[in-house]
Amino acid sequence: MIGVGKISGAGALSGAAWREFRKAPFTAQFGLAVIVFYILVAVFAPFLTPYAESEIVGSEFEVWGGDFPLGTDNLGRDMLTRLIYGARNTVGIAFVTTLLAFLLGGGGGIMAAVLGGWPDQVLSRVVDVLMSIPQLIFAMLLLTIFGTSIPVLILVIGVLDSTRVFRIARAVSVNVVVMDFIESARLRGEGVPWITLREVLPNIMPPLVAEFGLRFCFVFLTISSLSFLGLGLQPPTADWGSMVRDNATLITFGDITPLLPAAAIAILTIAVNFVVDWFLHKTSGLKDEH
Amino acid sequence: MNDIARMLAQRLSLGLLTLFAVSLIIFLGVSLLPGDAAQAMLGQSATPETVAALRKRMGLDEPAYIRYFTWLGGILRGDFGISIANEREISELIAGRFANTIFLALMAAVISVPIALTLGILAALYRNGFFDRTVNVVTLSSISTPEFFVAYILLLVFAVNLPWFPSLSSVNPDMPFFQRVYVCMLPAATLTLVVVAHMMRMTRAAIINLLASPYIEMAALKGIPRGKIITRHALPNAWAPIINVIVINLAYLIVGVVVVEVVFVYPGLGQQLVDSVQRRDLPVVQACCLIFAATYVLLNLTADILAILTNPRLLHPK
Repeated sequence: MIGVGKISGAGALSGAAWREFRKAPFTAQFGLAVIVFYILVAVFAPFLTPYAESEIVGSEFEVWGGDFPLGTDNLGRDMLTRLIYGARNTVGIAFVTTLLAFLLGGGGGIMAAVLGGWPDQVLSRVVDVLMSIPQLIFAMLLLTIFGTSIPVLILVIGVLDSTRVFRIARAVSVNVVVMDFIESARLRGEGVPWITLREVLPNIMPPLVAEFGLRFCFVFLTISSLSFLGLGLQPPTADWGSMVRDNATLITFGDITPLLPAAAIAILTIAVNFVVDWFLHKTSGLKDEH
Repeated sequence: MNDIARMLAQRLSLGLLTLFAVSLIIFLGVSLLPGDAAQAMLGQSATPETVAALRKRMGLDEPAYIRYFTWLGGILRGDFGISIANEREISELIAGRFANTIFLALMAAVISVPIALTLGILAALYRNGFFDRTVNVVTLSSISTPEFFVAYILLLVFAVNLPWFPSLSSVNPDMPFFQRVYVCMLPAATLTLVVVAHMMRMTRAAIINLLASPYIEMAALKGIPRGKIITRHALPNAWAPIINVIVINLAYLIVGVVVVEVVFVYPGLGQQLVDSVQRRDLPVVQACCLIFAATYVLLNLTADILAILTNPRLLHPK
């Protein structure tokens, strides 16, 4: 939970966090452990890998063992190395994209609620129309138009996903905006940025944090799907979606190597979902119960 | 009755407006192309003459609003223009593929809807029990899994290790119905696994929400048997959310087929879209996007309308 009681120092903070962690259900503990593991792998990728990211070190499709613990890929690059660098590239890009979506959508949603009137109407209708086009299809259209490069990918998915963030940010802010302390802030003469950031934002943090986890999963899956379709991250960048695509032929021979990057994607999204589920239960006082 | 007619008219006009806006976005998106479409398609090395020729063929020398209405008018008559990549009529290129996509989506829906509704209602009735918790963890996991992961696992198990089903789902128009169903089994099963989780969770939430309302408690306090509460009191109000769940997931299926079609090399519209995006065949991309988006909008509109039509409060006006 965010801001539990008065915390006197870093030691007390980690102590409280540790106690929360011990009390959490098994699924959430598993989720947190997986997330920490992925972050460590992503940060220390160059020290963990035996070879360079796109170095060709052997012949194509070598089997597991020997110099290559997980074999080599369709171009003779070490599979384990690319898997580890994939953590850095795929997860990093999905994270940046989600941040962008939250800056745009979260900011827009709260502003719409604070301003009300025609700015709210205009923003909401634009978002309605954008959301009426299925996201993956829309992303493919935009990527055809602007070409597939990492900045374009981040921008396109970030903007498309910000519509979902806008919806939820606006919906929760509307309940806060009618409260007395907002009224008094307005009477004090505070501007829109102050009300947005200092009055509304702190009060809608828990649902937004949970939403961040869910949106991250969604963005991560979208980018992986696009990469799998050959429209996301481009070679030679190591990326889990395109690794599945490049090595998929092995599956018809009963080799599970191409499933490893797909499993890496699945495990991370499942872990994040478990943590979000636990967080939602904690902050909302068990949503399902009546 | 008047209320219903007015609400339906409202939804329909809103739906048409959305469709219009979507077509405008798809059209304008391509017009926003840095440089223009002809240049982008031919690449940097093209001579000015070839670019000019292609511009003329695509009608790019006319102003945007005229091109938009020509394009839209053509589509309303079933003419989507001509593919840049292979010079064929787009409508002829995609008609059969769209039928294939619909077939796959419908097949997945026929399998998944009964499973999802049963699981959802059971989980809601026995909520927080062992069954509910297990289903919760399993569905949360399957929602979080990329479609191609599920698809390849099924392929590995049921086409490679146990050679029960073909790994490539190639269909042709003359195939007998059951042969077609057999060939489509693995892609349909993949879609089912992905969509059942969504549908089941939504059904569960809708039913729990409903069972918590005061009038159900009242019925229970009056001593009405549990079965009768469900059929007479809960179900009439539950139809709207359940139908909503089904139609929204149908919409999701139509779009979700893209990845699955690519994995199983199924000749559907999604595969066509991916191929055309890679070739930068803009007219085909536009046509596919418009069809997908229109199907999605229309299905969501259907969900809205059915929700109105099954609402007991509107059906029995005071």
